[in-house]
Amino acid sequence: MAAVRTSSEVALNRVAIAAVLIATLVFLAPIYWIASTAFKPKELAVSVPPTVLFEPEVTPFVRLFTKRVQMQKTVDPQVYEAAPWWEKRIYDGGERVLKVGKDVQLSQYPNRFMNSLIVAVVSTVLAVGMGTFTAYGFSRFKIAGEADLLFFILSTRMLPPVVVAIPMFLMYRAVGLNDSHIGLIILYVAFNLSFSVWLMKGFMDEIPKEYEEAALVDGYTRMQAFFKIVLPEAATGIAATAVFCFITAWNEYAFALIMTNRRAQTAPPFIPSQIGSGLPDWTTIAAGTFLFLLPVAIFTFLLRNHLLRGVTFGAIRK
Amino acid sequence: MTQIELRGIEKFFGAVQVIHNLNLAIADNEFIVLLGQSGCGKTTTLRAIAGLETIDKGDILIDGQAVQHLKAADRDIAMVFQSFSLYPHMTVFENIAFPLRATRMSSSEVDTSVREIARVLRITDLLDKRPSALSGGDMQRVAIGRALVRRPKAMLMDEPIGALDAKLREEMRAEIKRLHIKQGSTTIYVTHDQIEAMSLADRIVIMHEGFIQQVGTPDEVYSHPANLFVAQFVGSPVMNIAEASVTDQAGAASVTVGGAPTGFEFPRELLSRLNGHSNGGLTLGIRPEGVLVRHDAAPGYVPVEAQIIEPLGSFDIVDLKVGSKMLRARTKAGYVSGPGEKVHARIDPEQAHFFDTASGKSLGVRL
Repeated sequence: MAAVRTSSEVALNRVAIAAVLIATLVFLAPIYWIASTAFKPKELAVSVPPTVLFEPEVTPFVRLFTKRVQMQKTVDPQVYEAAPWWEKRIYDGGERVLKVGKDVQLSQYPNRFMNSLIVAVVSTVLAVGMGTFTAYGFSRFKIAGEADLLFFILSTRMLPPVVVAIPMFLMYRAVGLNDSHIGLIILYVAFNLSFSVWLMKGFMDEIPKEYEEAALVDGYTRMQAFFKIVLPEAATGIAATAVFCFITAWNEYAFALIMTNRRAQTAPPFIPSQIGSGLPDWTTIAAGTFLFLLPVAIFTFLLRNHLLRGVTFGAIRK
Repeated sequence: MTQIELRGIEKFFGAVQVIHNLNLAIADNEFIVLLGQSGCGKTTTLRAIAGLETIDKGDILIDGQAVQHLKAADRDIAMVFQSFSLYPHMTVFENIAFPLRATRMSSSEVDTSVREIARVLRITDLLDKRPSALSGGDMQRVAIGRALVRRPKAMLMDEPIGALDAKLREEMRAEIKRLHIKQGSTTIYVTHDQIEAMSLADRIVIMHEGFIQQVGTPDEVYSHPANLFVAQFVGSPVMNIAEASVTDQAGAASVTVGGAPTGFEFPRELLSRLNGHSNGGLTLGIRPEGVLVRHDAAPGYVPVEAQIIEPLGSFDIVDLKVGSKMLRARTKAGYVSGPGEKVHARIDPEQAHFFDTASGKSLGVRL
């Protein structure tokens, strides 16, 4: 379109672009900070002014994944020469990697990361699955007290998590659910379900009920119609809901901190616990945080088409 | 061979009764149109037959078997919806094949059936497309194909062409008629468009506020409307309705409309036929083509003044002032030159209808 623009419009456009650029920089700055720190040599992490140009190294990641101890004396040159490149970096820092026999001892990070994955994935699948069925029911059937029920479901989100954390902790301890995957999953499902029901109900309402009615008349049961017609049509909504539930579960800190300490501890409470005493090892923490950011980024990236596609479906005319 | 019978159907939405004691017998192969304004209960009736809506009282019989407690899937009936309800995530082929996939049909049989119905509907070249790539008319062809493909006992259509534009509607009307003649299946078709109803139906069922007003062939409902509602609902332009009084005047009956000084002349026979309804409580109904207009005076013609002229191409609709009432007449195009022109009019006794004003019922008097 060859629209004629006045000079004031051009100026306004430039201001808008500048504003978007500044906003983008502001939002990306922490991510850049974490990513760059994760690849910095230890001594540059806290340099003032901050170092922008440096030779990146992966030593923080090696430290992140291994158990190490401080060395009292310098390493035997022969041992040093025989060591693989990543172990040499540890020796360079005055530490040595702990081993049992020849096996390198892993740090707790991979375990905590797996815990995060298990809890987030399982709780997301459950919350979205149950939310989809519940939303379908609310959307398609006449339910006595529908508005009250929906409000009740929403009301579970009205208290800040920290307020309910202590009573929940006492209850969990009484039934032996604390520091267990299942306990954390139940919590996250309960927390995400209200959100999932409300979001999915909006998407379900958008799907014309004629789709299912046509299937019902064509010889299908309601269950079959649900799986063959409603679910494919709701894919966009399910993807969006799943992303939100996953992010919430993945990032959750307060409950994870109180409810777990060893077996089921997730990454968010674990990473800051590694700051430890003495001089904090910022590069290793940054490496842990950087890896922690990736699953959400990948998950969102994979579902981006569904998220962007919107909720209008082509073949209906009202 | 499918007969459908509705016996004493009643349906409530909460406290509101939307269908009142509905009785209807539909013969095999018959094309029945349920005609009425929105909210008259026609769609609810159709959905009840399909099994998408429960009924509170009465029986729905398909081939003599009560089906009101059966699920929609078990009634072997197909339905075409107004909103085309094609599944966007499936191709046209898969959409049409969808009802067959619910059966134990082999995939080669499914393929044959789908291609056969696509050929009949002339949509073979669309089979690989997605519904979103189709025009409105083609979407509805596909929807009809999906309904016909498994050769259901009966076919239900809920305003299937209501969302199309006027030209396409006309085209699809002819297509649906052609298909019905070719495929021959018991069909119940819901519409609010009386032209659609007249052109498609073997019999029309006119509904109003949950009651059946009249059941009859298109000719019957047009020529012998059972009451004022039917009289005004069927036919375009709309029938003139006016309260009238009839007097005996020297060997002829005189029908006065709108307190005009001169009445319209009718055969004397009318007086005896009306049998006591001649004074008060009588309503005359006359379609515009039954109001005859000429320039010069003639026996039986009454002088009137033209007020508004609507040219409609092949003919004009002229509003004539008769006493305090307006009668709309259909004339040749350009016959009356302009508003204010004095012309002469008479009512063709053979085209006049008489109704009881209070009940609105037809008196059944035709001359």
